[in-house]
Amino acid sequence: MLRACVRGAKTTARCNYGQTYFNNLHQRHYTTGGTSAGLKVVTAGLISVGGVFGGTVLYAKWDPKFRSTVEKNVPYADWLLGTALGPPVDPLPIKKKMERSQPPSMMEKTLKEPKPVATKKEKDVIEKPSVSPASAAQTIEEASAEATHIISAMSEVQSVPAPHDTEAAVLKKMPEQCDECEAATLAPDTALAPEALKERPMEEVAARLAEQDQAEKDVLESLSANLDESLSNSAKATLTAIGAQEAALQAISKHTQKLKEAMEAEVPSEEKSVQWKDLEAALINRGTAVDDAHAALLNAREALEGLKAVIDKSKGLMVLAARPLVLAAEENLHKMVVDLDKMVTKVQAAESEAKVVSQYSELVNEAKLQFQREVTSLTPEIQANWKSLTGKLTQDDLNALIAHAHRRIDQLNRELAEQRVREQIHMEAALDQQRLEHQKALEMAVDSALQHMREDARLEQERKLAELREVMEAEMRTQLRRQAAAHTDHVQDVLKVQEQELRSEAQQVLSSKLLEQETLYRQLTQEQLDNFTLDMNSAYARLKGMEEAIDSHVVAEEEAQRAHRLWLAVEGLSHAMGTAQGESTTTPLESAAQVVRESCLNNEFALALAAALPKESLERGIYSEASLRSRFHSLCPVARRVALIDESHNSLYQYFLSYLQAVLLFEAPRQAPPAQIRAQDLDPFKLLAYASYCLEHGDLELAAKLVNQLRGEARRVVDDWLREVRLTLETRQVVSLLSAYANAVGLGTSQAS
Amino acid sequence: MSEKELGKKWDRCLADAAVKLGTGLGLGIVFSVIFFKRHTWPISLGSGAGLGMAYANCQNDLRSHYMLRKNEKVSICF
Repeated sequence: MLRACVRGAKTTARCNYGQTYFNNLHQRHYTTGGTSAGLKVVTAGLISVGGVFGGTVLYAKWDPKFRSTVEKNVPYADWLLGTALGPPVDPLPIKKKMERSQPPSMMEKTLKEPKPVATKKEKDVIEKPSVSPASAAQTIEEASAEATHIISAMSEVQSVPAPHDTEAAVLKKMPEQCDECEAATLAPDTALAPEALKERPMEEVAARLAEQDQAEKDVLESLSANLDESLSNSAKATLTAIGAQEAALQAISKHTQKLKEAMEAEVPSEEKSVQWKDLEAALINRGTAVDDAHAALLNAREALEGLKAVIDKSKGLMVLAARPLVLAAEENLHKMVVDLDKMVTKVQAAESEAKVVSQYSELVNEAKLQFQREVTSLTPEIQANWKSLTGKLTQDDLNALIAHAHRRIDQLNRELAEQRVREQIHMEAALDQQRLEHQKALEMAVDSALQHMREDARLEQERKLAELREVMEAEMRTQLRRQAAAHTDHVQDVLKVQEQELRSEAQQVLSSKLLEQETLYRQLTQEQLDNFTLDMNSAYARLKGMEEAIDSHVVAEEEAQRAHRLWLAVEGLSHAMGTAQGESTTTPLESAAQVVRESCLNNEFALALAAALPKESLERGIYSEASLRSRFHSLCPVARRVALIDESHNSLYQYFLSYLQAVLLFEAPRQAPPAQIRAQDLDPFKLLAYASYCLEHGDLELAAKLVNQLRGEARRVVDDWLREVRLTLETRQVVSLLSAYANAVGLGTSQAS
Repeated sequence: MSEKELGKKWDRCLADAAVKLGTGLGLGIVFSVIFFKRHTWPISLGSGAGLGMAYANCQNDLRSHYMLRKNEKVSICF
């Protein structure tokens, strides 16, 4: 295809490009060669890669292990394989499913079996209480079957269901066990028995049990009656049959004996005729006896059949108490059958013997007849009874007779020789016949013997089973008795424990009630007491309150007086501070302060304030404002003169300059200070101007603040004045505080009073 | 009375200056008369020296507060 494309390209090139196609071809050849080779390589590579991918995908689809290894080792293989093949099928769950399927199958089997049983049981519950023992037995059987199923399911061992027991003594426990079984089956298979199987009440159970017992007894009785009847019937019939058979046997043997005698004995003719008559009589006898025997046999067989039917029916009812009866009946039946068969075989043997003998007799008779016929044919005159003709025969007759006799003898000799020759064959034939007959007889005997043996074995087995059952019953009874004993013990213990518990509970309740009552009583008494004390306390408190009120009034009065005194003292102090007497610019405030201190001995605040008065003011006194003002006025020019002097500028030349500045600078001596002052525009002149203004207007504090801003020599100059001003301000502050306090106190006390 | 200090200092200064000047002058005159044949330069020297000393003293006195002494401790407050 590629080459086709290439060729196509070439042709198109030829068509389109005409002359230059060679070049193009060449080029193209090269290029196409190159490209064709390249394309080949590319396509080969693509094909191989695609093949690899496809192969891996297919193999992964087929082999999950390979898929998992690929997914593990190749990064995005799991996504790819997932999109291509679908999610990986995990091999492990299959195993688990298999493992899980196995036990559930067993469980299902066992569950399925109780299911129909449970449904059956529901039907039983729905039925009326008058249930036949068959169904009760069936339920018990079902219960036991269920129990075994449960056990088998739990232990995963398929066990043969235990044989059902319907012992009357055990029946009383059975309903409980039944209920337990029911409960046990209900617990694992609640889904299977959705309708609740209610436990039959005790009375109903007892009634049912009694009914069951009664019914069983009835059945048993009827059964035993039936069995006895049929047994007696069959016994009678068998006995009669056996008797008849015996009689027949006797008759046959007698007959054969008579026949043998008649055949062999050479006796006189009268006795012969008697013998023959006896023989006939015996034959008739035999015939009748045989018929009787046959009839009796049939009768007996019928009776036995009837008995067998009854036995089977009784077996079908499955009532254990009848078992021995049934067993005995069966044994009897078997015995009777055996006897009958024996008799029958005996009779048959006798009959066969008799047949042989009769055959012999027949042969003999036939021979006799033949001889007689021959004799009569030879000598027609001879009468039938040829034995009495010996005197009447003529010589010819005698000769003829002798000739005939000779001829007969020859014939007989010949026959004998022939017979001797054929003896072997005849013997063999006879032996074969005998063998055949023997065989048949043997087979029959063997069959009958086998049947008898089988019957015997079966009876033996049944007997053994019955014995074993008896033993198991006894064991079961003992175990149940033990269980009952254990149960009673347990119940006793539980009762004891319960009694103790109840007693302790009652005791507790009693004690708690008593406690309650006591606490209630105590509460009441306490309440009474509390009320009384409350009243007393309130009265006492009122009394106390009144006393306190009176005391406080007294105290208040004293306070008022003291406050007044304090106020007076403070007033004195402030007056002393305000006035300067005579030439001394200051007055010591000591005395006034002393008065103040005396007047406020018990007042800490006032004492503290009094103590806060600076010592100098007390000793020396303070300058009045006017004096300070005047002093400032004298200070001002000095400060102005040294305005330029500070730490760095303090040479004489600087002094000269400063003096010059002071002389030449014209500024208003007083200026109102602005609300806000910046540090830059604070030169001494301005400050002094502001301060003097403030002083003129009485604002000592602001003046002090402003003056405090001076620096350098000017500050040194005004230092003393500043100290004085501070002192004054301090003292004034304290005094004002004291007066305010005194006023307040006075106001307060006066208000109170 | 810190404001009076300055006045006091000036008084001292002037007194000292007067004394020194006078002393210098006198000494100058004496020296010029006695030793230096009535030249005027000892007089001017003496008076100049006297004046100079007086100036220096005055200056020192006026600066004295600002000068840190060896054993003094001055707290610098801003």
